[in-house]
Amino acid sequence: MAARLYRAGGFVADEWTHLDDEAALPAEGAVIVSLARFLAAASDVPQGVRLAPFVKAGDDPAQLAGHLSALDLVVVDFAKFSDGRGYSTARLLRQRYGFAGEIRASGDVLLDQIPLMRRVGFDAFAILNEPTLRALEAGHDVDVPLYLQPAERAGEVPAGARSWARRPADAQLS
Amino acid sequence: MYRYDEFDAHFVSARVDQFRDQVRRRLAGDLTEDQFKPLRLMNGVYLQLHAYMLRVAIPYGTLNARQMRRLAHIARTYDRGYGHFTTRQNIQFNWPRLKDVPDILAQLAEVEMHAIQTSGNCIRNVTADHFSGAAADEILDPRPYAEILRQWSSLHPEFSYLPRKFKIAVTGAPHDRAAVQVHDIGLQAVRDAEGNVGFRVFVGGGLGRTPMVGRLVREFLPEADLLAYSEAILRVYNRYGRRDNKYKARIKILVHETGLEELKADIEAEFAEIRDGVLRLPSSEIDRIAAYFAPPAFAAADGDEAVLEAAIAADPALAAFAARNVHPHRAPGYASLTISLKPIGKAPGDATAEQMEVVADLAERYGHDEIRVSHEQNLVLPHVRRRDIPAIHAALAEAELAEANAGLVTDIIACPGLDYCALATARSIPVAQRISERFAAPERQREIGDLKIKISGCINACGHHHVGHIGILGVEKKGEEYYQITLGGSADENTSIGEIIGRGFSYDEVVDAIEKVVDTYVGLRETPQEDFLSAYRRVGDQPFKEALYGTA
Ligand code: HEM
Ligand code: SF4
Repeated sequence: MAARLYRAGGFVADEWTHLDDEAALPAEGAVIVSLARFLAAASDVPQGVRLAPFVKAGDDPAQLAGHLSALDLVVVDFAKFSDGRGYSTARLLRQRYGFAGEIRASGDVLLDQIPLMRRVGFDAFAILNEPTLRALEAGHDVDVPLYLQPAERAGEVPAGARSWARRPADAQLS
Repeated sequence: MYRYDEFDAHFVSARVDQFRDQVRRRLAGDLTEDQFKPLRLMNGVYLQLHAYMLRVAIPYGTLNARQMRRLAHIARTYDRGYGHFTTRQNIQFNWPRLKDVPDILAQLAEVEMHAIQTSGNCIRNVTADHFSGAAADEILDPRPYAEILRQWSSLHPEFSYLPRKFKIAVTGAPHDRAAVQVHDIGLQAVRDAEGNVGFRVFVGGGLGRTPMVGRLVREFLPEADLLAYSEAILRVYNRYGRRDNKYKARIKILVHETGLEELKADIEAEFAEIRDGVLRLPSSEIDRIAAYFAPPAFAAADGDEAVLEAAIAADPALAAFAARNVHPHRAPGYASLTISLKPIGKAPGDATAEQMEVVADLAERYGHDEIRVSHEQNLVLPHVRRRDIPAIHAALAEAELAEANAGLVTDIIACPGLDYCALATARSIPVAQRISERFAAPERQREIGDLKIKISGCINACGHHHVGHIGILGVEKKGEEYYQITLGGSADENTSIGEIIGRGFSYDEVVDAIEKVVDTYVGLRETPQEDFLSAYRRVGDQPFKEALYGTA
């Protein structure tokens, strides 16, 4: 079953396709390739082809630093939802390397982790898990929009007196 | 003490609703047990041998009478009438039903309590010296910093799926009562020559199957950098900590395998990138949080001491209590008082609902409404006027809470062990009970003096046996319980890991063996003031080996 892409509060069509390391690059289109292949190919990408790296847990996002301004998308893999390295990856991409394109969580992406992922900089989610798809379709948001630390999501504002608390700009403390 | 503002109140009650929804989705089958597990652990719910267990945070061990009464109410309503205070300044309820847990959490939220991050692979409940804000030797009250760390670490979006649990402890005194060197991060507050506040930072301490003493990574971390530096450590750990083997996943293993200097360089490099960012703590914010912890108005008077002395002269039980369970306070005429949860022959750390209520009443009446939980599984009234000690002692005695054994051989730490714990390889509570009975005579305990016995029911070391002056580890050998004895451990400012003395002892033999060790110590000490640890460090293990195993 193919993952469905959730972005900005709704399901959208995905223009990107995954390409195995063995498969040849297409003549045109948007393809997601392994980080190693991306780094090898980045310097001469054919006209009409867009590449996005697939970053696994344990891969170092610093390797992408010189390429980010030319990228639309970085995919961060969660082979297991319980492996939290991808959170630091996304955060470094935003905070340290200033990446402004899409950061997409892929793999074992589940409803209860999405609020955390958003806050470290993810803005799209490729989802396989059936109950998660159902819940999102039903508009079931499990976020608690009160945060006790600054993070990377745009549009968060300080909440209350303390310097480390945040809330989304549009949510009021009712 | 810290009081929730509107933000905190919303935060905690919304988290209760969130967990209620997660429980609903678990029961509806939308979450598998694997998916649910980290969510329930994040809310303090463990699956135990017989039932679920709920672990409630008592941040840095501080609570008030109203909160203690609520714990009593929960014990009575949802459990079997008692709770278990633990070595991590938590309270555990051993018999709640999963479907009741959201209601229990809602009741806790009403009194500004929660169970957030008391389990799971996240930053755990931050612990601190149980005499914080009271101790005579304290440089400063560490609780404002513990509170700031508690807030910053709550539902941290980057650090909720760490390789393993992560524990932080803070002390504000040179004599370390918070065991900071056996925590993932240990912080010791200090002042520099100009009076500025900072921290000595230890990283990579821990017990478990590979006990390690924390390594000093910063001699003086300015207070403004506390969060940025912590975030740097956590980021390095989250990225590089091992995830292939849960027994090698703690930061202590990363320190060990990477090497201290290299890891320190990694932390410093990360810190350099973020130190001037949003995590820098403004002093106005530190002051604002510190104001919550302002000391109460102390009001001792001339003649107080005479009242206490007269009562002590008339009552030997009170005299014994005053000699052991009363600790020096920074304010003249005041003391901190240990309420022992180690009555002879009982399970260490257990308190009934009625006992909790007695303690709550006493705190309100005599103790400026403050109670502490110590990592030694006792309770503390941190601020009592010395002339009130006789009245407090009388009320404690009536509630069977007046055991005068703080710091003595019967003040034993023990983990739940085989009686409750799914991972246990041996019983620990019954061993503690039998040792306690063996040394029950008060004169004998006093003659032996300060001695810390700590017992764990398996290699995970929840009972801190590695840092007991005498440590006992229960293992299983051919279907039988065996107990390994370690000597010379300590968790204070001179932290050391105890050494295994020789082959283990059976359940039946172990109490005799402990008695031999203790008698050997009493026989060889140079003066009655030379405590077990000093004597052991002076003579080594040979005399103890001979006593236990003969000379052959
Ligand atoms: C009853 C169920 C319990 C279970 C299943 C349990 C499980 C564990 C495990 C697996 C470890 C080893 C972690 C590691 O080294 O990575 C551990 C360590 C520890 N636990 Fe528990 N535990 C339980 C109860 C307790 C209790 C009641 C306390 C007291 C608060 C406690 C406090 C600790 C401490 C202080 C450590 C040592 C931390 C370190 O390694 O530095 N545990 N526990
Ligand atoms: S030390 Fe072992 S037996 Fe004791 S509570 Fe921890 S895991 Fe259970």
